Order: sequence, then structure tokens, then C-alpha cells
Amino acid sequence: MDFLSYLINGLGLGSVYAIIALGYTMVYGIAKMLNFAHGDVIMIGAYVAFFAISDMGLPLLPAILLSVAVCTVLGVLIERLAYKPLRSASALSVLITAIGVSYFLQNAAQLLWSSSTKVFPSVIANGGISSGGLTVSWLTLITIGVCILVMICLSLFINRTKTGRAMRACSEDKGASTLMGINVNRMISITFAIGSGLAAIASVLLCAAYPSVYPTLGAMPGIKAFTAAVFGGIGSIPGAFLGGLLLGVIEIFAKAYISTQLSDAIVFAVLILVLLIKPTGLLGKRIREKV
Amino acid sequence: MGAEKKKIKLPVFLTKPRYRSRVASFSIILAGWLILEIMMHTGNLSSLFTSLLVPVCCYIVAAIGLNLNVGISGELNLGQACFMSVGAFTAVCLSGSMAGSVSSPLLRLILAMVAGAVAAAFFGLIIGIPVLKLEGDYLAIVTLAFGQIIKSLITNMYLGFDAAGFHFSFVDNKVELQPGGKMLLNGPMGATGTERISTFSAGVVLILISLIVVFHLMYSRSGRAIMAARDNRIAAESVGIEIFRTKMLAFIVSSCLAGAAGALYGLNYSTLVPAKFDFNTSILLLVYVVLGGLGNMTGTIIATVVLVLLPELLRSMQDYRMLIYAIVLILIMLLTNNETIRTWTMRITRKLRRQTNG
Repeated sequence: MDFLSYLINGLGLGSVYAIIALGYTMVYGIAKMLNFAHGDVIMIGAYVAFFAISDMGLPLLPAILLSVAVCTVLGVLIERLAYKPLRSASALSVLITAIGVSYFLQNAAQLLWSSSTKVFPSVIANGGISSGGLTVSWLTLITIGVCILVMICLSLFINRTKTGRAMRACSEDKGASTLMGINVNRMISITFAIGSGLAAIASVLLCAAYPSVYPTLGAMPGIKAFTAAVFGGIGSIPGAFLGGLLLGVIEIFAKAYISTQLSDAIVFAVLILVLLIKPTGLLGKRIREKV
Repeated sequence: MGAEKKKIKLPVFLTKPRYRSRVASFSIILAGWLILEIMMHTGNLSSLFTSLLVPVCCYIVAAIGLNLNVGISGELNLGQACFMSVGAFTAVCLSGSMAGSVSSPLLRLILAMVAGAVAAAFFGLIIGIPVLKLEGDYLAIVTLAFGQIIKSLITNMYLGFDAAGFHFSFVDNKVELQPGGKMLLNGPMGATGTERISTFSAGVVLILISLIVVFHLMYSRSGRAIMAARDNRIAAESVGIEIFRTKMLAFIVSSCLAGAAGALYGLNYSTLVPAKFDFNTSILLLVYVVLGGLGNMTGTIIATVVLVLLPELLRSMQDYRMLIYAIVLILIMLLTNNETIRTWTMRITRKLRRQTNG
């Protein structure tokens, strides 16, 4: 029974990682950049949701919508102001700019809302379903449900709509997409918008589980989700989903069966092992190098 | 009329790029050393700046090492701080345990720095084997992962030293010491009560040594092989360069320098926590390297000094200083990559070069 409850908790945590990892992987797929500021968008989302619920007294759903709206605008704004001028620059310059944006968001949050930790109000009822000694909290169920819903919607969007097809085309070949009449810049903006909106959803789920909000909140989930994206093969959407879930399960198992203090080390050790066996992640495409 | 245009004949060490970069970086370091020493002796240096001297030297050495890795070898390393960490805690432990047997602080500092460098080089070798089998962003994420692993391992180490020798325990503190014994590593609290034996002069000497090492490597046969492997892996392989071995050489030298820098850093503070060398420190070093210019050691030195001092100079802005730092960082990246400004600076440098070379 313990094993099963750990597994479900792991899937709950992994669902949050998966939703964040989708943002990383989509941006990487289309813009070929590591968006280090993604974790800080999560932090902003958490603050917006916090203020919407505790100061403005909004119910949960409108608060989430507000948070998603703010993060979407923020994501597009960051892309327009900081990344778009660097479209032709080296990958390292873009990386450093993303780090600059990350510092900027963290310090802006610290100035605006102080560095002290705020306690996120409990938004999801305690308790849950129990059967035969196994109790699953509502929060875990909702988190897993949201993750599956997000995954289904995203797959439908990417595979069935015209915009989704255009986005896939851009991630394969930008030049050819331009020739086919696709507005590449718009596709990149849409990708950032979706990724940042997902980050806002993830932030609320994260804060419901770990109810504290502070300016460096996004750093660790950001690194973990980034790891999850690489784990599954960066650029691949099912890969991010799978990587996120696996990472969550491994983390909870490591905490439960081996050692709480060493759980991070174990998660990263597993990542390294996977990359040694499959150098492009679990579902990543292997691109043959031509002479 | 044409004869009026005077040709300035410069000595060979100023015209050839390979010598020019060496002369530039060595003279910057020596001039800086001289000026700062004079200022310190005449009492013109505030205590804040005096306290920054050794850390600046450490960051410069670690950044030079990272530049060898990122700029010359072309591998994005997001875990340079973990080698500093290995060097720092090796040095602190060694220095702490030798306090009774070796009385000269200078000798202890040198021994500790050598030990830190060797330990970090050893870790570089172990980590390099899996890391250098990967490419691109996957390689970067594995260095990040190793950085996190080493940080959490050191955070869980307990090491004590007494008359009976070393006592070690992992995760839970089970170290029991005889009277007179000393805890060298204390888990998340790190090393406490370290004797501060680092000096600014030692830092400058370390920078000079690391410059000599890196320049010798860059302009040697192995250095050319490293750069060839960076520019075109397949072409380099086809002319018989062993990619893995050349990249490994750069990786080990880079981690070795970071280890020596970490040793100097660790012995400069009485307390040192493992969390000091986290992902953010690695990123900070990477920022110095990229802003200074990939493969450009002089640029790295200047960028490190400027960026370490910038938050301190902005102290009058108080809360806004890190915000300004972030904006400066973004603006520098946007401006240096702007096409118009790029062609503009290129035109100026070309003009200058034509004047000096005749």
C-alpha cells in the first residue's frame, strides 16, 4: 500500500513538473533556446494568484485565469523585448539574456513584494478518496487530472489545428516555413504565450502543494522541470510529459526509500544514466550528422 | 604625398595576435596588482574593496578555466562552481588538519591550493568521461546535474579530525571526536572556524600561473587540436585528432583551475557553506566568460572585475542595484548583438588595425 501511495504522490508531483517542462520543451523546439527565465514566470504566476485570492478575495478559478492571463502577457513581452532582437545571435548570447531576464524578474519581485515568504491560502479542500487503507488527496487527483487535460488539449492543438501545424513546421525548418507563408515570429510568440500560460497553471498547483510564495520560488522547480524536459528528449511534447512524470515518481521514491537529503542527487544521477544510455533523452529524435 | 603617412613600426609582441593577447592580459594583471598594492599601503582602499580583492582573483581564475572550456573547447559547462566547491572544501580540510604540523601559513596555503587543484582535476576526469560523450545542450544539462549532485553530496558530509586521525560520516552526523578534536565539515553548515590564510598576492600569482597555463595550452599543438575539434568535429576527426582526448584535456585543466580558485576562496573566509557554490555561481562565471568574449582571456579578466564590482559600486542605489545589474546584463547582450552597432565597431577596429600595421 505504501508503494502505491508513493507512486500516486510521485505522479502528482510529476504532473506539475510535466506542465512546467512542456513550456521548456515547446520553446526549445521552436526557438532552439533554453529559456532560463521560465522558472521565474512560475514565480510571478504564484504571486498573482496569491494576491488575487488573499487580497482581492477572488475564488480559485478566476484567480487562476488572472494568473494565466498575466503570465501569458509577460511571456510574450519577454520574448518581444529580450529574445526577438537576438534571433540571429549565438545560442550563448540568448542564454545569458535569459539569465538576465531571470535575475530581473527575481529582483523586481523582491522589490515589489519583499523577500519575506508569504503563505499561500489553502485553496483545495483537505481529505480525499480512501479505499482499503490507501488515501489519495483531492489535490493530487486534481493535479494529475489537470496535467492529463493539459496534455490532451495540447496534443489536439498541435496535431489538429492549422496553427499547431504551422508551429510544427517552424520547429522543423524556419526558412521553409517562411516560404510557405507562415509568420514565424507570430508562431514563436504563440509558443511563448502557451508555455507561460501553462507555467501559471503549474504555479497554482505547486503552491497548493507547498504553500509558500517567495521571489526565488521558481528556481528549483524550473531546474527540475528543465531536467524533466531533457530526460524525455528536449523538443518532444510527449517526452516532456513522460519525463516530468518519471522525475516526480523517482524523486518521491528516492525520498521515501533512500534518503530525503540525497533525493536531488539521486534524481540527477538517474538523469545522467539515462542520457548515457540514450544521449538524446527517452523520446528525443536522433539526428544523424552528415559530413 | 604618400610618404607623409608614417608607418608605426611596433615590436613583434604587439603585432602578432598570439603575443598581443598575452601581453595585454599580463600587463593588466601586473598593473592592477601594483596600483592596488600601493593604494593598500597608503590606506586609500576602503575596507569593502580590500575584502573583495581575493574573491575577485578567485572568480577570475575560475572564469579563465571556464573560458578554456566554453570558448576554446566549445562545450557549454553549467557546473563550474562544483569544481570550485571540491577545491575549496579539500583545501579547508587539509589546512585545518595541518594547522598543528605545518606552522608556516604560506606553505599551508600552497599545499592546500595544490591539493584543491588536484582534487578538482580528479573530479574533472571522472565527470568528464560521461559528460564529453554527449553533445550540445545535453552536455550542458549533465554538467548542471553533476553540479547539483556534488553540492548535495558535500552538504551531507561530516568530517572530523583529532589525534586519532580523520572521522567521516555521511548523511547523519555520527562523528565523535576526542577532546581537542575539530570538526572540519559540518554538513549543511559547511566549514567553520577556518584560519584565513589567503592573500591578495597569492591570488595574483594564481592568476598569472593560470594565464601562463592557458596560453601555453591554447597556442600549443594540443590547443590547436582542441580548437579544430570545436570548429568542425568531423573534419578534425578525419585528420586524426582524438576528439575525446583533446576535449578531456581542456576539461581537466579547466576544472583544475577552478579547484585552485576554490581553494583560495575557501581559505579566505572563516565560514563557508556548500550552498555558496550552487547553480547561480556557475551561471555567474558563465556570464563573465560570455560578456568578456569567448576565447578571450583579457576580456574575461575585465568582465569579471567589472561585474564583481558593479553591484558594490551601485550600493548607493541600495535595493535597486541587482535590478540595474540585470538590466545592464540584458542591454549588453542586446547591444553587442545588434547588427548596426556590430558593423560600426568592426569598421573602427579595422581602421585602427590598418593604421598600426601600416
